[in-house]
Amino acid sequence: MALTPAEPSGGHHESVKTPEAAVVQLDSVRKEFGGITALDGVSLEIRPGEAVAVMGPSGSGKSTLLNMIAGLDRPSSGSVVVNGENITRMGEAALARFRRHHIGMVFQFFNLLDDLPALENVALAGRLVGVPARKARARATELLDELGLADRRDAYPAVLSGGERQRVGVARALMNRPALLLADEPTGALDSRTGEQVIDLLLDLNRMGQTLLLVTHDQHLATRCATRLVDFMDGRVVREAALERHEPWIAR
Amino acid sequence: MIPLPEPARLRSGDLAVVGVDGLRGRPLRAVLSALGIAIGVAAMVGLVGISTISQAGLLAEIQKLGTNLLTVAPGTTLLGKDSRLPSTAEGMVARIPGVTGVSAVGSVPNASVRRTDKVPAATTNGISVQAARTNLLGALSGTVRSGTFLNAATSRYPVVVLGSITATRLGIDRAGGHVYIAGRWFQVIGVLNRLPLAPEIDRSALIGWSYAAQLGFDGYATTLYERSTNETVLSVRAVLSGTVNPEHPEEVQVSRPSDALTAEAAANTAFNALFFGLGAVALLAGGVGIANIMVISVLERRQEIGLRRALGATRGQIRLQFLTESVVLSVLGGAAGVLIGLVVCFGFATYRGWPLALPVQAISGGVLATVAIGVIAGLYPARRAARLTPTEALATV
Repeated sequence: MALTPAEPSGGHHESVKTPEAAVVQLDSVRKEFGGITALDGVSLEIRPGEAVAVMGPSGSGKSTLLNMIAGLDRPSSGSVVVNGENITRMGEAALARFRRHHIGMVFQFFNLLDDLPALENVALAGRLVGVPARKARARATELLDELGLADRRDAYPAVLSGGERQRVGVARALMNRPALLLADEPTGALDSRTGEQVIDLLLDLNRMGQTLLLVTHDQHLATRCATRLVDFMDGRVVREAALERHEPWIAR
Repeated sequence: MIPLPEPARLRSGDLAVVGVDGLRGRPLRAVLSALGIAIGVAAMVGLVGISTISQAGLLAEIQKLGTNLLTVAPGTTLLGKDSRLPSTAEGMVARIPGVTGVSAVGSVPNASVRRTDKVPAATTNGISVQAARTNLLGALSGTVRSGTFLNAATSRYPVVVLGSITATRLGIDRAGGHVYIAGRWFQVIGVLNRLPLAPEIDRSALIGWSYAAQLGFDGYATTLYERSTNETVLSVRAVLSGTVNPEHPEEVQVSRPSDALTAEAAANTAFNALFFGLGAVALLAGGVGIANIMVISVLERRQEIGLRRALGATRGQIRLQFLTESVVLSVLGGAAGVLIGLVVCFGFATYRGWPLALPVQAISGGVLATVAIGVIAGLYPARRAARLTPTEALATV
């Protein structure tokens, strides 16, 4: 199955994990930009197979949290361990390698490259990891097929609808079988109908075992997809709540 | 099941693809920005190529004509009067060791050659009438285009052989007609091909030595043409004036016609430095153009840079991507320039009928320069691109 995520055991490098390790383990993470405190001592744990939705008003530190977990930014203090790798003090090159192998990112505005057709946009993620072009294309084809975009492979982003673009974005995020799929307002630029398709897709992925972290304003997205809600305010977690998802069946 | 991707660096093949990907999106811009480099390299290869071909052509011509021809002409006396070559000169020169042949022409005074007697006598067309020895053509290694040269028999009759320019000026292209010289009709028995070593013969009408006496020719040679073996050219030259006129060697002018051609060949390369300089200026301008385009490209593609970084591209990979793009751009321009330059060279060589000599120095120099320019022009933009943090690059949507 193309959509099957990596084994939760994950990392081959400098593994510090214990049995049943969390995919994400934040411990008293602080982040300051100049004089502004974006994250004020956040501790958070995400276990394999969970779908966590982080909610909160603009400027509450949601995106900073996401960047921290994605290895795009480093905390001022505290520690960040993702999939067994302590990325708190990692160097640039090691962080880049970490992102390639453990993280899949879905963006609000898709971030597809306009000069490349859908298939190449997806395969690009594989190429950066060093997969030969032919193999990368084969996997990209498989992913697009499973996401219902079989006939849109050679289309350029400009001619794709918003929903199609986001599905290409999800396919790209899944390219390297990430241990963690991060989504930043994945439905934020979509109308409610296409947004619903993306929600269904994320839900399906989570049911197949893909660990998800969503950052969103969208109550509907959060309640439909997430198994746990984390409310954010002024750089702190103010509330955590497990959600009852209407599951037709339980995946795990 | 597709195997999990293994950690690896971006392969060099992929790198080239990535470098070209960025250009493919904006082909017109790529072509325009590479144009400067193309013009620079084309100028370098074309101009240096032309002078290389000219030089090779001239040297080949000199090789063919030989450098062992010396000419002897009378100079002036100490009092500034025109001197004469002694009548014994030809015989004396022939006895110098190493000399293989001597011939002579003597100018016939007050004689002009005209197409008909209706043409005014003043219209000389700059053509001189000269008495020629029958072995002149052999000494000059010349050939006739039409008819024959003078021989012992025809030299005694009113016949003429025309130099190539003379024939053109008179409107005669083959032997057979008549021309009017000093009040008599002469039959044209031959037309010569061009003589690069004796251009003065090209502008002459040659008549027989013995018949010339009837037109008032005094029998003194005005130019001697002397051939020797290649090894003895210098030793012959050293004794020539003394041999020709032992009493007044200072009144004799000796020259080596091939020197003029050699000088011309040398002069051809004198401008090479200038052409290289011209090309270098164009290349510099082209390089600035590429750097400019690359800086713009980095600004426009911040989002792409952020995305690649988020997907796991390292700073090094981003730097390499933009550097590759810059080098690809520059080298594409350089390749086009070399091609254009070669077409120019080929056209010039064909037009002149000279062998195609490739300006290897200019081609290799041009190609190396384009790679260097690509790297230098790409350095700053690539650094800028790599310096962007993924979060700030992604924030530009």
